[in-house]
Order: sequence, then C-alpha cells, then structure tokens
Amino acid sequence: MNRNIKRIFSGPFLAFILCGTIIPMVVIAFYGLTDRSGAFTVDNIFAIVTGDHPQALGLSLLLAFISTIICLIIAFPLGLILKDSNLGKKGFMIFVFILPMWMNFLLRTMAWQVLLERNGVINLILKSLELPLLDIINTPTAVVLGMVYDYLPFMVLPIYNAMIKIDNSLIEAAYDLGASKATVLKRIIVPLSVPGIVSGITMVFVPSLTTFAISTMLGGGKVNLIGNIIEQEFTVSSNWNLGAGLSLVMMVFIVISMIMIEKFDREGEGNML
Amino acid sequence: MMNFKTRKIASKVCRGLYLAAILLFLYLPILTLMVLSFNDGKTMTKWMGFSFRWYEEMLGNKVIMDALINTLTIAFWAAAIATVIGLLACIGMNSMKEKSRLMIMGLNNIPLLNADIVTGISIMLMFVVCGISLNYGTVLFSHITFCIPYVILSVMPKFKQLQNSTYEAALDLGASPAYAFFKVVLPDIMPGVLSGFLLSFTMSVDDFVITHFTRGAGINTLSTLIYSQVKVGIRPTLYALSTVIFLLVLIILVIVNILSSRKNR
Repeated sequence: MNRNIKRIFSGPFLAFILCGTIIPMVVIAFYGLTDRSGAFTVDNIFAIVTGDHPQALGLSLLLAFISTIICLIIAFPLGLILKDSNLGKKGFMIFVFILPMWMNFLLRTMAWQVLLERNGVINLILKSLELPLLDIINTPTAVVLGMVYDYLPFMVLPIYNAMIKIDNSLIEAAYDLGASKATVLKRIIVPLSVPGIVSGITMVFVPSLTTFAISTMLGGGKVNLIGNIIEQEFTVSSNWNLGAGLSLVMMVFIVISMIMIEKFDREGEGNML
Repeated sequence: MMNFKTRKIASKVCRGLYLAAILLFLYLPILTLMVLSFNDGKTMTKWMGFSFRWYEEMLGNKVIMDALINTLTIAFWAAAIATVIGLLACIGMNSMKEKSRLMIMGLNNIPLLNADIVTGISIMLMFVVCGISLNYGTVLFSHITFCIPYVILSVMPKFKQLQNSTYEAALDLGASPAYAFFKVVLPDIMPGVLSGFLLSFTMSVDDFVITHFTRGAGINTLSTLIYSQVKVGIRPTLYALSTVIFLLVLIILVIVNILSSRKNR
C-alpha cells in the first residue's frame, strides 16, 4: 500500500494526542498563568512558597522520598531472590508478588484503614495480647505505609524485569575469576539493574508525590500533602487558577523524572510491559 | 564442608522468611477484608457468626450496582476503542520517517509519565473551556486517552519483530493489502494487541484520580464511589465488594497466565 495512505491510519491517534494531551496541557498552562479575570500573572506559580503550601510540598517530597526508599530496599533483595531461586515457575512467583497491583488501589488503602484504626484489627489483636496499642492512623507514618503498600509492585516489576535479563554466564564468569559475592553484586548486578531501578523509582515517586487519596484515607485530614491542596482548590475552594498553577509546579518534578528515565533507560528495558 | 552446607541452608531459610514476610505484608490486609465480609455483625470488633448478609446487601444496592456497570462499560469501550486506535497508529507510524516516529512516541509517553492528577485536571479544564458538561462521555474520552499509550507500547514491539518479507510475499502472490494484513500480519501481532486490550481494561477499572476530575456529579465508577463512601465511614458492603473484586481479578489473571504460557510452549 502507498506509504501516504498508511500514514493516515495514525490520524485518530494523532487527534487523541492533540485533544487529550496537547490541548489540555495548553489549557492548564493558561489557567495557571492567569488570574480569575484572565489577566496574565505568575502569582499562581509563586503561590507554592506562600501560606501552608511550602510545608505541604516539603511533606509530600519527604513522604514520597521515604516511601520510594523503602520500596527500593524491599524490592531489590526480592528481585535478587526471585532471580536466583528455583521456586517452581518463575513466572508464577512474580505473578504472586504483583497480583495485588491489579486490585483497586482505593480498596487496598481502605484495608489499611481497617487494620490501623484505633479500634481496628491490629489494635484488637494487640489488646487481646495485652500489648501496647498502635496509634499511627492519621499520621504521616500511616500515609507512608499506604504508599509503600500501594506502589511496591511498581518497584518490584521493573527491577525484576531488568535483573532477569542479566546473563547468568556473566555472573558465573565473575565467580570463576575469583570475584566475591559483594563484588559481583557491586560490579555486575547493580549496574545492569539500573534501568529497572530508575524506572521503579519514578513509578513510585511520582504517584506518591502527587497522591491525595492515600493521604485523605489514612491521614484523616491531618496530613496535608500538595495533592490534597490542589484537589481542594478544584473541589472545595474552586480557585481553579491557583490549582492549575500549583499543578504546573508539580510538573517540574514529573519532567525531571522523564529526563531521568530518558537518560538511564534508553532501551526501555525497565519497562512495565 | 559442614560449615558450607549449614551456611547454604541458613541462607535458604533467610530467603524463604523474606519472601514469606513480603507475602504476608501484601496479602494480610486483603485477607482481613475477606474475613470481615462474612461477619454477620456491623462492627469489626466482634465476630457475630458467618453470613452472606453483606453480599446480599451489596447486590441489592442500586448505587453500587450502577457504579459497577459504569466501571465495566467504560473499561470495555475505552479498551476496545484504544486498541483499535493504537493498532491503526502502529500501522501508520511504521510507514513514517524515523524522526517523526520518535517524536510521536515521545508524545505518547506523556500521559504514561504524567501524574494522574495533572492529566485529570488538564482534561477537565479543557472540557470546561470548550463548554462541554462533564458526564459519562468525558470520562470515557479521558480513559481512551490514557489507555492508547499502553496499547501502543504493547503492539509496537510486535511490529518490530515482524518480518516484512511475509507481508510482501502475500502481496506478490496477489493478496490485497487488507487481506494480507488480516491473514499475515494480524496473527503475528495478536498477542500484543490482546495484552494491550487487557492492560487498558485493567488500567481503566483501576483508575480513580482521572475519573474523579472528569466525571460529572451524576456519574460514579466503583473507585469514585469507594472514595466518597470511605470518607463518610466504611460499611461492610465494601468488604464484600473487595472480596468479589479480588477473586474476579485473581480468576481473570490466572486464566490469562495459563493461556499465554500454553501459547508460548
């Protein structure tokens, strides 16, 4: 078939890129850079450093950072074990570890609310054992727990995918040449897992940074993240220009993670698919 | 020698414990909900006996059932439309120059890497600016938008593995381009098309944030319904709902896994 005719097949997709991605981005930038009367202003952008916004941004960055590190600490050894082990079929094992990802994340978050509440399941068990009660619901700790629980599979999968591609003969060769376990880990496994690690970090960090559902459900309104503030500008206070301006600030962090992926993961090796 | 052996066993035990601990962390919350869903009492503090009471209440609850139907129909149509558009896009992009293809693929990545909250807000603002009121259609549109990239990422690699010579041979033997496509190309890329569809479907079912912003006042999907109910207070019908959803997801994924591992053999 003629190449030009074939190219037309991309038409609907390009239309969706235009209407679903490019135009909305232009609109949100327009809202963020104007005030209610439509006059140009940068106040909505710089609003990030006024009021309780810097505190919320700082807390969001901190919690997102902590939950990303915890996910990484859990997922890296898990990837190693799954790569080495001959526990049945490997496909099945990784399936077991990412299965919860497919369940609605609000229900998973709700489960932790049920567990952590003051009269929740964990405290009931602690009470019956006459142990001190756990009082972390409505604190940042509970929010971090929820983030780790919800986004851990996003870290496990890309790291596992990167590790499983490492040629075992490379590792055996290193051992034959007298390398210690630590050397193999440091010189072979970690460098070759970097695409997966970077992909995992962004896949956990970006949603943790911008979440408002987890902090609402497990923070009980007491943990105010930047996502909550943006969401409230649209649903409660209806200052859309301010909400759009703060969203533009969030996009800076998203662009940084895009650049990181581009830099470390050119081949798309750590891809989710 | 003995030392080596015991060390090996110790490391095996450690690994097993590590895996078990993570599995416990992942599944204990879900199991708790499952157990509570069969509790006859309204509170979770006391076990009042086994019952299907909350399942009956869930099935009789029109709000939950409407949300379920919305979730499934939106997911189906979003996945189906996104699959068709994504497949066509891959055919078209393969006839483009390398440079324009790379640029389009870059644009394709934006909804994937963008935060849901920004995607949701930006699409909502666009509808508001255009004077389109938020309803079922706007949710469907936004779901198609974020599903297409998943289809393209699943189908594009299959196109790259494809041998162009078989398609050309079919043309040389007198097949029309459409006939050659359906008989030669499509069977080869089918696994990618299917996984793109399934991925889109699950992403659409799972989405909360984008739906939250692009839905109007009258429309609820399961995600938005759960969110609004949890804010007021969790009712045990939601435990029943979680159990049903988890089992459904489990069954579907097991079937998909078995089918794909059979095909690979």
